[in-house]
Amino acid sequence: MATFTLKINGTERQVDVDPSTPILWVLRDHLKLTGTKYGCGIAQCGACTIHLNGNAVRSCQLPVSAAADNEITTIEGLSENGDHPVQQAWLELDVPQCGYCQAGQIMNAAALLERNPSPSDEDIESAMNGNICRCGTYIRIKKAIKKAANA
Amino acid sequence: MTTINKKIRRRSFMKVSALTGGGMMLSFNWLAGCSPEKQEEMKKELALPDEWYEMNSYIKIGENGRVTLMSANPEFGSNVKTSMPMILAEELDIEWDGVIVEQADFYPERFDRQFTGGSQGIRRGWQPLRTAGATARQMLVNAAAQTWQVPAGEITTAAGMLYHKASNKEAGYGEMASAAATMEIPENVELKNVSDFQIIGTSRKNVDGKNIVTGKPMYSLDHQQEGMLIAMIVHPPAFGMQVRSVNADPVKNMPGIKDVFVFETLPDDYERMGFDTSSFTKLVAIVGNSTWEVMNAKKQLQVEWEEAPEKKVVVQGWSGKEEVLIPGGIESTDGHKARMEEMAQKKAQVLRKDGDFEAAYKTAAKTIERTYNAPYLAHNCMEPMNCFADVTADKALVYGPIQAPEMIMPALSACLNMPRENIKINLSRMGGGFGQRAYGHHMVEAAVISQKVKAPVKMIYTREDDMSYGIYRPTYTATYRAALDEDNNLIAFHVKGGGIPEHPVAANRFPAGAVDNYLAEGWAIQSNITIGAFRAPRSNFIGGAEQSFLDEVAELAGKDPIAFRLELLERAKNNPVGTDNDYDPDRYAGVIKLARDKANWDSSDNSNRGVAAYFCHNTYVAEILELEMENNSPVIPRVIAAVDCGIVVNPDAAANMGEGGIVDGIGNALFGEMTFTEGVADKQNFDKYRLIRQAEAPKSIEVHFVENDIDPTGLGEPLFPPIFAAVANALYKSTGKRFYNQPFGKDLESAGSRM
Repeated sequence: MATFTLKINGTERQVDVDPSTPILWVLRDHLKLTGTKYGCGIAQCGACTIHLNGNAVRSCQLPVSAAADNEITTIEGLSENGDHPVQQAWLELDVPQCGYCQAGQIMNAAALLERNPSPSDEDIESAMNGNICRCGTYIRIKKAIKKAANA
Repeated sequence: MTTINKKIRRRSFMKVSALTGGGMMLSFNWLAGCSPEKQEEMKKELALPDEWYEMNSYIKIGENGRVTLMSANPEFGSNVKTSMPMILAEELDIEWDGVIVEQADFYPERFDRQFTGGSQGIRRGWQPLRTAGATARQMLVNAAAQTWQVPAGEITTAAGMLYHKASNKEAGYGEMASAAATMEIPENVELKNVSDFQIIGTSRKNVDGKNIVTGKPMYSLDHQQEGMLIAMIVHPPAFGMQVRSVNADPVKNMPGIKDVFVFETLPDDYERMGFDTSSFTKLVAIVGNSTWEVMNAKKQLQVEWEEAPEKKVVVQGWSGKEEVLIPGGIESTDGHKARMEEMAQKKAQVLRKDGDFEAAYKTAAKTIERTYNAPYLAHNCMEPMNCFADVTADKALVYGPIQAPEMIMPALSACLNMPRENIKINLSRMGGGFGQRAYGHHMVEAAVISQKVKAPVKMIYTREDDMSYGIYRPTYTATYRAALDEDNNLIAFHVKGGGIPEHPVAANRFPAGAVDNYLAEGWAIQSNITIGAFRAPRSNFIGGAEQSFLDEVAELAGKDPIAFRLELLERAKNNPVGTDNDYDPDRYAGVIKLARDKANWDSSDNSNRGVAAYFCHNTYVAEILELEMENNSPVIPRVIAAVDCGIVVNPDAAANMGEGGIVDGIGNALFGEMTFTEGVADKQNFDKYRLIRQAEAPKSIEVHFVENDIDPTGLGEPLFPPIFAAVANALYKSTGKRFYNQPFGKDLESAGSRM
């Protein structure tokens, strides 16, 4: 066990955990931030996507020891009132079905738009290919990203 | 307007009460609005007691006019939590914006269909929800009539307001709600004309949308409770194996670990319900403080396994009580294939016979025979199986993802040795269902673990546990034969289907009824690899196989695939063979024509297009899929679907559901496959089990609905089965090669394509 100070959604949080603990479980179990989802545990599905210094990363593969002293943003902190352009576009196009993968999709999409404000279809396909949606809402996800890009 | 008479059943099916703080609550159960005959049928089907007063849904109207509607069906993404309350709101005649929708929990004393599955939610809810909404509206009208001393018949309603034009009086529903709570429940209520609908048929956003996009805790995996422990199970690594012994001590001393023990769920002599499927009834539990600590302990745990003997269990299924043999032995996919090929040659059970197939086939001008195969599939809900349970000495709370809560209650009661009244099941939003959550073994496991450790427990499956646990879509095969006469008319048709452990044949479906000489047969092989419902059970294979075969028969006849299907449906309509044909040829042809027209089929070259049409779960679907080989990989620019599900309650949400079914079908057609080596699931996570991803999804999907006034039917499943054939038939157009074995991606790859 070791104590880590984490900067999450603009707030400093302290946790006392095993240094190998993936940040996913620190968020979910220790900090009760359950918006970030567990899907596969091996960085294959994207449900656990968060931002580390603005970049989309798989929180299931990121040990807490490597995350300390970095700016972490989760779905809960993406915007103050759920009004990030990506979240708004998601609502306007009514993207979700079961909804479970969508936090990861949104976090990945937001990071994509940060580095590429007007992505092409191919850019979106390539950037979003690591996020599985079992319900098959891919077409709406793509449309929502384009809508957010034009917002 | 339709007048609904509830005289004989109002006491049983509706109840009004005053809300503390003012306002009314009309409680009702879902048999309200059914005809007496239908009630009897449903009572029998649902095993309801004769005397039954329990209410499971409600409309609450506060004095401030705030309306709360209860959604009883569990939500797994089909949007019933939005669309079912829309039906209530329509007849209540209120504005949709501002309505609060609450998820009902499940109560053991209120046996009812709180089941999401079989594409039945909207279909079964339609009449009861409309009647309940109209009843509450009428009571508000009656309250206003009494207050204003005017005839009720002169009062109109609109958008949550009551009006009496002659006296220029008006009031909001909230103002009359407390008075309405004192009104007698009316004997007769009038339902709106379909043409007067203001909410039904308009697109309304998912009521949970904001919660989803902001990451609010909605799933049971997100549940937190003071003192809650985390539990994981270790199940046998292979089907046909069981626990022999566990060396728990080294793991018990690991950080954060509280307990490690072997536990049992269903005893072998327990009479199971149809949804009590459990692959492994003896499991190891690891309980600890946090998920990561328990995961680490799970990796270290040493368990000795042994081969499980054959056993017999009694199952009370849909078709009555039967003894089911769970064979011993270790099975592999190679062995399955060999046994299926052998069984396919043997005599099978005749399911339907019209005319004399063999005689017609022998003397026909042209004949064709083809065999189709499909593997097991894992559901792979994005939210792995999990459940929260808090079991104390005298009561239990279970909260988890479940499609069929009532089906698991007897097992919970038996395994906890606790009467049903003391067990409460709360329903979480589900991170996917697809049939997997119809089976509640995870709830039983969590409850038994909680009871043992005397603490609230959240039990979590790893992805590997989830994928290797079983309850898969069965593996199937079907051999089709067809014969044409000199004029290229279809004169004989034979389907012989089999699978492990069930056959996929629906004998009375199209093209039964359109062919003089028709034979349908089925066979099955038992296995210890468990299976269960998977989006459109059986149809999800046989629909694709049948529609692929018909494509080849049309080609053999030299006919356009759409014209050929329409010709058969014309025959089924004008001169049907047999009497049990379970489809309406006009509605079937209707969707094919709609898809044809939307795709401009008759004026296009169609050289990259595959077509398929299917009827299942009471809904008709036709699909046209465009596929091109780009850089040696399949790309799907466009899919056009036409659907007849009667009245569409929430069109954009319905289109979303349709798009999902199509994407899911394409993914499973190209990539979906579970195989076994020595009883072990060969794929245990998404690195090996391939699911369709963003880049492989179609570039566009159009879902067109037939407009009619027919009562609505389901949408969760029907778009799924035909897409397998639309993919296969389009692949044929683009590659010149027919595809008979799912997943098609494997054959494409061996033919040199990049997959």
